[in-house]
Amino acid sequence: MLDLTPKTHVNRSGVLINPCKTCQPVGALFAALGVRNCMPYSHGSQGCASYHRTYLTRHFKEPAIGVTSSFTEGACVFGGGPNIRQGAKTAFEVYNPDIIAVHTTCLSETIGDDLKTYIDDMEIPDGKIVVHCNTPSYVGSHVTGFGNMMAGFISYLAAKGKGTETVAVFPGFVNPGDIREYKHLVNLMKLKSIMFPDCSNVMDAPMTGEYKMYPEGGTTIEEIRGLGSCRKVLALGRLTSAEPAAQLKRKCGVDFDLLPLPIGLADTDAFIMAMANLNGGEVDPLIDEERGRLLDLMLDANPYFYGKKVAVYGDPDTVLGMTRFCLELGMVPKYVLTGTPGETFVKLANAMFKEYGKEDECKAFAAKDLFDLHQFIKDEPVDLLLGNSHGKQIAKAENIPLVRAGFPVLDRYGHASLPMVGYRGAFQLATKIADTLMEEFDRNCADEDMDLIM
Amino acid sequence: MAMEILEERRTSIKEKGNKGGSCCSGDGLRCDTASVAGSVSQRACVYCGARVVLNPITDAFHIVHGPIGCASYTWDIRGSLTSGSELFRNSFSTDLQEKDIVFGGAEKLTRAIDEAIANYSPKLIFVYATCIVGVIGDDVEAVCRNAEKKHGIRVIAVKAPGFSGTKSTGYRMACNALVQLMEPHKEQPRLKGVNILGDYNLAGEMWIIRNYLREMGIPIVATLTGDAAYETLIKAPAAQLNIVQCAGSMMYLAHRMEDEMGVPWMRASFFGVEDTSTALRQVAERLNDDYAKRKAEALIAERGAKAEAFLEQYKPHFVGKKAAIFVGGGFKAISLIRQFNEMGIETVVVGTQTGKPEDYEIISSLVNPGTVILDDANPAELETFMKQKGADILVGGVKERPLAYKLGIAFCDHNHERKHALGGFEGVENFTREVNLSINSPVWQFTRSSASFAEATQAQANLVREALAARAAYF
Repeated sequence: MLDLTPKTHVNRSGVLINPCKTCQPVGALFAALGVRNCMPYSHGSQGCASYHRTYLTRHFKEPAIGVTSSFTEGACVFGGGPNIRQGAKTAFEVYNPDIIAVHTTCLSETIGDDLKTYIDDMEIPDGKIVVHCNTPSYVGSHVTGFGNMMAGFISYLAAKGKGTETVAVFPGFVNPGDIREYKHLVNLMKLKSIMFPDCSNVMDAPMTGEYKMYPEGGTTIEEIRGLGSCRKVLALGRLTSAEPAAQLKRKCGVDFDLLPLPIGLADTDAFIMAMANLNGGEVDPLIDEERGRLLDLMLDANPYFYGKKVAVYGDPDTVLGMTRFCLELGMVPKYVLTGTPGETFVKLANAMFKEYGKEDECKAFAAKDLFDLHQFIKDEPVDLLLGNSHGKQIAKAENIPLVRAGFPVLDRYGHASLPMVGYRGAFQLATKIADTLMEEFDRNCADEDMDLIM
Repeated sequence: MAMEILEERRTSIKEKGNKGGSCCSGDGLRCDTASVAGSVSQRACVYCGARVVLNPITDAFHIVHGPIGCASYTWDIRGSLTSGSELFRNSFSTDLQEKDIVFGGAEKLTRAIDEAIANYSPKLIFVYATCIVGVIGDDVEAVCRNAEKKHGIRVIAVKAPGFSGTKSTGYRMACNALVQLMEPHKEQPRLKGVNILGDYNLAGEMWIIRNYLREMGIPIVATLTGDAAYETLIKAPAAQLNIVQCAGSMMYLAHRMEDEMGVPWMRASFFGVEDTSTALRQVAERLNDDYAKRKAEALIAERGAKAEAFLEQYKPHFVGKKAAIFVGGGFKAISLIRQFNEMGIETVVVGTQTGKPEDYEIISSLVNPGTVILDDANPAELETFMKQKGADILVGGVKERPLAYKLGIAFCDHNHERKHALGGFEGVENFTREVNLSINSPVWQFTRSSASFAEATQAQANLVREALAARAAYF
């Protein structure tokens, strides 16, 4: 597998090799897990739900629930109506969720199942809710699905109401540790807030000796309803959160700030300033301290970052955030790549390269695969890989160190609980990068260059 | 959580010793059906079944024809080791987009095959047709036929839309593809040696079996599909005997090879001392090979005894422990029950994803009354019965691991993610070690239940308080 990639570029328009994305439904399932007492529901064949649960379990090291319509040939010919009626009934009876969040699959999309009509005609137990969204697997990627499920919840539940002081935060496709970090910052900014969705305490629930199908975390249904009366939405992740924010604006008129994922110094500044605009400009001194501490680390270790070439890959917003942080650290994000299609990603990345005067050295790609990345690296190697676990094969083949960040991290523990966002998240990421680069130096340097103090 | 067993699921769960509890006979356990819509099934789909069987063929190009998901979830999933090509560990897909769905994906698939062949000259390509391909109606078989003609290599369609049955259907699809591969090589002179069917070389288990048979003077002609390659697979029809390990996935192939190629078969399990010994004896017996018989006895006497002695040392650590099993196939469950019996561990809950009626009958005969037997269980059921029966360890696969851990129950992966070979006599030692490591990890004393957790925390706090008091007295 390691020697598959040749140095000469091969032209491909039919076969994708080693994807840097996956399909919409897994993102939709993940979004639904961030809602309290919610049962994610996959409308399609049995395998989809099984794969998605496995994939999320491998990343979060947590059980991920979800039910399936369990399609058979009959459903494909006559439609999946009976399946979802039976499925929802079963799920309510057996697992007693408050809400079922249905997403489609490539199969149910293609046979043209009209979920809205099915749900309208369905007998739903009193006080229970069924929502849905469309997640054709042949459009976008898992981050698209994540946004679509958010939009699905909003279109069913969010209600225009009397304006409140509450601010909504759309976290983007991030880990529970990131959500916790957002909450920490929002609290310090003294804002009343709704986090939607909220996978903290769900996908990193503490050990109690009990298995809770619905752990304590998650955005409540009331909170989702309340999104419609929010003062403002801070939509984090320009590509992931734009659609749900737009959906809420269309439906309830709630305005939004579309911000980058707050990874690194400047993008976290932008998040803090957006919040400061809402609280009268008050920034808690503790936030200044955290920022100062990050800056201090960036200064202390700057010689180790400077000029280091890095390949950044993964989900679009995560990659954009990490790319900016790499630039801030003085690194050269030589190849910046996402599997998710969409030229906005490339535009945003190019703008960043320009800002830092690196447009000649760096290249950004959307809708590419890791085989492409490997070929680029063979053209001109980098000093570091920054991205998900799927880069480990390139790392091994080219003997380049890898810092794991983003989704999925399948081969390490604890990652989902550590933040990458906010100043503290950036501090951790910078530490990891510096550790890795310095470790690499130590392991490979000549004996006489081996220094105790670096 | 409070658990109610779904009415539709009642016939899929039995407690041995209860009225009507003789599984799968008469009013027996319902199995081998699709999961109930709306259940948190632990099972996968037809495509998954086909893919897991064929994926370990090391020098094949496995092209998944469909949107990206199916390829991405099955990328390098099996932990099947290879002694040759690593091609199979990459993920290839046609990554169908919206326009392909509207206008058809056959043309893109043709391009994908052409590109694969132009750049990598593989000997063999499998094209997996996923759910959507079945619906949009791409003629995958025609594309493959044309590609075979054009390029002169084998390009085999695996029609495995997820909705067309259960995972077992996928196994059958994979077996059909294998037969298709062997078909042109049906007529060749018999070779001395056997095929191993239904071992996937997880953590190198095939190599263990290969070594035993080598010591017994029995060559392996082909392995299906762990560490398999095109050149060996096409020799498979010439073997004297098929040894079927994972019956769930490969029995169908064994039957077809017997009917169409005249290769007889036998079942064998290489898990546990008892099963491994039996398997080696039976292979020698079936081949009627005196040398092999003698060598098998010597092997069992030496290696089997060593494994048993190893196990004996650990037995005190397992006293009073209880196990729950939830695995893919029935045959593995049966082996595991026997293995746990050898270890002095009682199996109290046992279930499979794709067990057959005859498997459940054997399972029922092996366990004590009161044991819960269930087909296609969901997490809520597993939780309920593991708690009710006081299981100390769960043996299962990836989705079961965090469930067990959340409940404070030890876990052993006996599926794709196992890191050590669990087959053969070496496997007995690995399994024993792993079960011990997990079941007796100090972490459980903090987690067994909230009550003992509180107790442990309290005890720790008391120790600290005493130490502080002692220090205060000293100073």
